[in-house]
Amino acid sequence: MTVGVMLAIENLHVEVGGKEVIHGIDLSIGEGETHVLMGPNGSGKTTLLRSIMGFSNYTVTEGRILFRGRDVTALPLYERARYGMGMMFQRPPTIAGLKLGKLLDVMSGTTPAKAYEYADTMKMGEFLDRDLNANFSGGEIKRSEVLQLLVQQPDFVMLDEPESGVDLENISLIGKAIACLVDKDRHIVNRQKSGLIITHTGFILDYLEADVGHMLCNGVIRCHGNPREILKVIQERGYQECIECAKV
Amino acid sequence: MRKGVNGFADLSPEDRERLELSGIMLSSENRCGSFFQEDQDVRQTSCTYDGIEMLPTAEALKKYEWLQEYYWNLVDKDKDEYTRYVADQEPRGYTIIAKKGSKNIFPLQTCLYMASDKIQTVHNIVIAEEGAELHLITGCVSSHSVGHGKHYGITELYVGKDALISTTMIHTWGEDVEVFPRSAAQVEENGTFLSNYISLKPVKRVQMYPTARLTGKNSVARFSSVVLAPEGSDLDLGQRAILEAKGASAELISRMITSGGNVVARSHIIGGEEETRGHIECKGLILEDGIIHAVPEIEGRLKNTELSHEAAVGKIARDEIEYLMARGLDEDEATATIIRGFLDVKIQGLPDSLQRQIDAAIDAAEDGF
Repeated sequence: MTVGVMLAIENLHVEVGGKEVIHGIDLSIGEGETHVLMGPNGSGKTTLLRSIMGFSNYTVTEGRILFRGRDVTALPLYERARYGMGMMFQRPPTIAGLKLGKLLDVMSGTTPAKAYEYADTMKMGEFLDRDLNANFSGGEIKRSEVLQLLVQQPDFVMLDEPESGVDLENISLIGKAIACLVDKDRHIVNRQKSGLIITHTGFILDYLEADVGHMLCNGVIRCHGNPREILKVIQERGYQECIECAKV
Repeated sequence: MRKGVNGFADLSPEDRERLELSGIMLSSENRCGSFFQEDQDVRQTSCTYDGIEMLPTAEALKKYEWLQEYYWNLVDKDKDEYTRYVADQEPRGYTIIAKKGSKNIFPLQTCLYMASDKIQTVHNIVIAEEGAELHLITGCVSSHSVGHGKHYGITELYVGKDALISTTMIHTWGEDVEVFPRSAAQVEENGTFLSNYISLKPVKRVQMYPTARLTGKNSVARFSSVVLAPEGSDLDLGQRAILEAKGASAELISRMITSGGNVVARSHIIGGEEETRGHIECKGLILEDGIIHAVPEIEGRLKNTELSHEAAVGKIARDEIEYLMARGLDEDEATATIIRGFLDVKIQGLPDSLQRQIDAAIDAAEDGF
């Protein structure tokens, strides 16, 4: 079976505030595949995700990002979103006055009913009249993020530490919803959606089988492999083992 | 010169639209009464609800001798050149008396309409007797054909014991119109005064500083202003609450946007009695080069008063815009969505129909963002 490539990153260099943070990354994620990204704090994981999404302040100085075979390196953020990329924020901004429900209405256009179904699924019905992310708890922020992604239905979703700040009860709900977002609830031959997930704890692996793990240190990918094995090495021996290993 | 109109029927389509933008229902649907003054002439006064009497102030002063005590009582006749000018004129404007225990489910509407370049004067008196609940929406509109014009408006509002008055004023003036409202309210025991002000269209100058004196125990005042200042608009807007009785409380909320105009937003709460509380929330967004000058003042005069304020002026944060862009909104859509949220002030105690009217007025202004 030939699997199409969802995302291909070639020799990507990224500067933030005039300082290079990503030093030449190559990465390829196939259609229907979910990859996890691990690495110590400050290694460049969030920078990589935000660069792929196209946020300002993340300047690609070399290399390119191909999405479904199309070079999107110079495309504005919203066009990448419309083209099928989505992102779950680790710490989204609060937007005073903008109700969560209003944002879902704007996003869902002519099909708002489905958005409210998703709101029930994510137990966010009572939050639709609340200002976006204002005084949301850690779990509520993640549920709100997943809800927005369910409405957006991106083909390729990037998740920045979906487990951080989430209690055990919410972890299950969020984990299952993320599995749906990346088509892990479908038979392998029918999977079309892809994901790239930053995780420190590996909790997400309890809810979906990730296909590939990557270990990022100091702005370079040091290791690809079975995600559970990489996680096990980190848990037992720390990140230093990976840094020294340089298996790539 | 055009003859005066009776009611709204003879207005041009452009001006009918401007009235509707200001919350005036031309069919008087969902309204329990309607007052219409064109320039200096009262064209219509009607009220179908038994518990409320509405009549032109000149007529009211003749009909009720006791009304003299309410006339030039809260606003000083010699306050400034504008009050003195109005005092020299025959009284115009409306007087509304909500009888004891009355409650209007549908609001009264009053429309102050300028069709010429002259000076329009009004002197309004609004009284809610004990236990009454009165909702009022006022559309202040100049004809699209008006060039230079001036509006001087006196409004004195009396909220009786256990009573409530809500006033929602929507301004739709012209680019060269100057407006000087002078308003004051007095709130008795357990009374509630809600004052909502919306100005989203260009106007040369507005200068006002409505004041509520909370003279009764546990009385409440809540001011909310939603203002857009396009280039050429100069708005000097204040709101003041004086907490003179035990347990009185006030909240003053302002949302201002400049797209090139100047706004001074003054807010002042004086805590002058035991167990009083007050809060000022003043937020400004600068979209284009304009000025927003927020002046929140809290003045505690004894130790058992709790007063606070928060004020913020600036541009829309880039991370908020990009957050919405990551959901597929382009930059303009993201900006408009954030601004619309910024202006979204929900007013406690307001009937749904009036809240919808406010929302609709703001929605209609979205193109101006």
